[in-house]
Amino acid sequence: MSAPLLEIKDLHAKVDGKEILRGLNLTLEAGQVHAIMGPNGSGKSTLSYVLAGRDGYEVTSGSVTFKGQDLLALATEERARAGVFLALQYPVEIPGVPNATFLKAAVNAVRAARGESQYDAIEFLKRAKAKFAELKMDPVFLSRALNVGFSGGEKKRNEIFQMAMLEPSLAILDETDSGLDIDALRIVSEGVNALRAPDRAMLVITHYQRLLDYIVPDKVHVLSKGRIVKTGGKELALELERTGYAGIAA
Amino acid sequence: MAVSQDTVEAVRVASEYKYGFVSDIDDDRPPKGLSEDTIRYISAKKEEPIWMLDWRLAAYRHWLTLENREPQWAKVEFPKIDFQDLYYYSAPKVKEGPKSLDEVDPELLKVYEKLGIPLKEQEALSGIAVDAVFDSISVATTYKAKLGELGIIFCSMSEAVREHPELVRKYLGSVVPVADNFYATLNSAVFSDGSFVYIPKGVRCPMELSTYFRINASNTGQFERTLIIADENSYVSYLEGCTAPMRDENQLHAAVVELVALEGAEIKYATVQNWYPGDKDGKGGIYNFVTKRGACRGARSKISWTQVETGSAITWKYPSVLLEGDDSIGEFYSVAVVNNRQQADTGTKMIHIGRNTRSTIISKGISAGHGQNTYRGLVRMQPKADNARNYTQCDSLLIGPDCGGHTVPYIEVRNRSARAEHEATTSKISDDQLFYCRQRGLSTEDAVSVIVNGFCKEVLQKLPMEFAVEAQKLLGISLEGSVG
Repeated sequence: MSAPLLEIKDLHAKVDGKEILRGLNLTLEAGQVHAIMGPNGSGKSTLSYVLAGRDGYEVTSGSVTFKGQDLLALATEERARAGVFLALQYPVEIPGVPNATFLKAAVNAVRAARGESQYDAIEFLKRAKAKFAELKMDPVFLSRALNVGFSGGEKKRNEIFQMAMLEPSLAILDETDSGLDIDALRIVSEGVNALRAPDRAMLVITHYQRLLDYIVPDKVHVLSKGRIVKTGGKELALELERTGYAGIAA
Repeated sequence: MAVSQDTVEAVRVASEYKYGFVSDIDDDRPPKGLSEDTIRYISAKKEEPIWMLDWRLAAYRHWLTLENREPQWAKVEFPKIDFQDLYYYSAPKVKEGPKSLDEVDPELLKVYEKLGIPLKEQEALSGIAVDAVFDSISVATTYKAKLGELGIIFCSMSEAVREHPELVRKYLGSVVPVADNFYATLNSAVFSDGSFVYIPKGVRCPMELSTYFRINASNTGQFERTLIIADENSYVSYLEGCTAPMRDENQLHAAVVELVALEGAEIKYATVQNWYPGDKDGKGGIYNFVTKRGACRGARSKISWTQVETGSAITWKYPSVLLEGDDSIGEFYSVAVVNNRQQADTGTKMIHIGRNTRSTIISKGISAGHGQNTYRGLVRMQPKADNARNYTQCDSLLIGPDCGGHTVPYIEVRNRSARAEHEATTSKISDDQLFYCRQRGLSTEDAVSVIVNGFCKEVLQKLPMEFAVEAQKLLGISLEGSVG
């Protein structure tokens, strides 16, 4: 059996001097989708930021191996170029920067790291339009300033679109369902499902089971107090929906 | 939210100045210091008529009465300048004025090549007429014939003084009077050269006119003088761009630019200024004390200033518009970047004199390192300026904890029907924005560049295409640093 795409071993991490992750273990194979569920404050978002390498999230012990290399040794942008993508819970607005300009720069940075050719404006637009069609999304927001004045649903769709363009090996979706109405949730989920691939793994972080009606996970992990306390199949999410976290996460 | 330490470090340690080289050309210059003899020397060197010399001498005599009266109100600090310790004229040695580019000193042409502006290529490819100023003298003027067919005059100021005295005497000092301010008076006494443009009635200048200034000789104050006249219902777009070689001693630059737009005429004046800003401790940068002003003399005339100021140790500059004609329009679009120890005090004056006059001011100030950036602007509605309108927007972007951004608007409304609006914002590049960019694969430097270019977009899109690209690169370079 080949090495897993992502292997997290006994991970401890601090934010503002407070220990949030306390010995987290997780293994993710290529092609799989895992859901991480857990109550508020269990460390779900911290895990996503630690994996993405955000400043201020300090790993105190443990290891993270991604495609056989030490992920924690890489800078934020190096992780992105190596294939780690984080869809943010609250995508950031950057005034004056057209979505297309930003994404073209990002795609070319990632392609350069992979030793691939740079897209010129025409090639980029062609690819972007193809992806929009694939995701059944509206290409209108390419010319708009990055996330500025976007509705909650548009921001999340934009994250999924960026993911499609960047073609990551590991996609982390941090509460992508938050703030979405049922129609937006369906559109975003369909986009995610369209991006499932044998060489791509996804870590779907969510509070609620309803997202998993659309994005069906291979495994569900329950995170509590900085540790995975239970792992099961998709039926575990349904069980949580009925019983709440209290029984499991105590 | 505080910016990550990486970014602060990235912008604090500026990269080596990209255009820091010195070309080896013999100087031809009078001794240091300023006296009537210096002025006579300059005037004689340029074979000027007596009226020009008299004008200079009158300015000099007035300047003497201004001793120690340099403007003090700007938020900039620098050691007092010893005006007797400067050279006031420097010209490359040329036996006779060159007739074509082939006669130009090859050393000089090499300098332009290093700067990426080979004249021949420009002439052949870009359709831009270039009046190249090297130090103080115009060495080559291109496209003259083509412009001449339309009756457009585009030449050095020295040539204009000799060839078109009636225009020069009528308009020189008519917008920026000799006694306007300390530095303008000094310039009037000792101005070396610059550009002269005249667009005849009803003519639309078919190409962007462009001048590249370059300060080269050590210790030589640069006193450019530019005069642009757009006659009735004419149009011209003028581009000015600057780079300078690295120097240890501060170099003074006190230019004067005057624009005159007659009835129905439009002048667009764009500047990309990239003079040596000094090292990271502020040592050795250019002092840029410039007086730029346009007069909308006729009804329905329009003057638009666009500037991208990334260089100089100190920038003191207020491109202004006198809105004299009814229904005339003044615009000011500005990006000013300070990094390390740079100081900029820049803005505009919109003086509404005629009825239904309108002005727009968009100012984007970016501060990094220990830089101090001040927007200082005056909007004045005179008693007869019925229905005058102004809209002002001043945005400041701060990078790191040690810089400053300041907005100092002066608004004087003396007409009840006039209206002035002022909006100002101050923001920082947030950790969230940087993280977002880096998570998508951009380096910190590229992330800063992307965010800054977005911040400046409204101004950059006012630049002609070829300048907009250069300006975007410059913004990146100005804020560039070594990221670990």
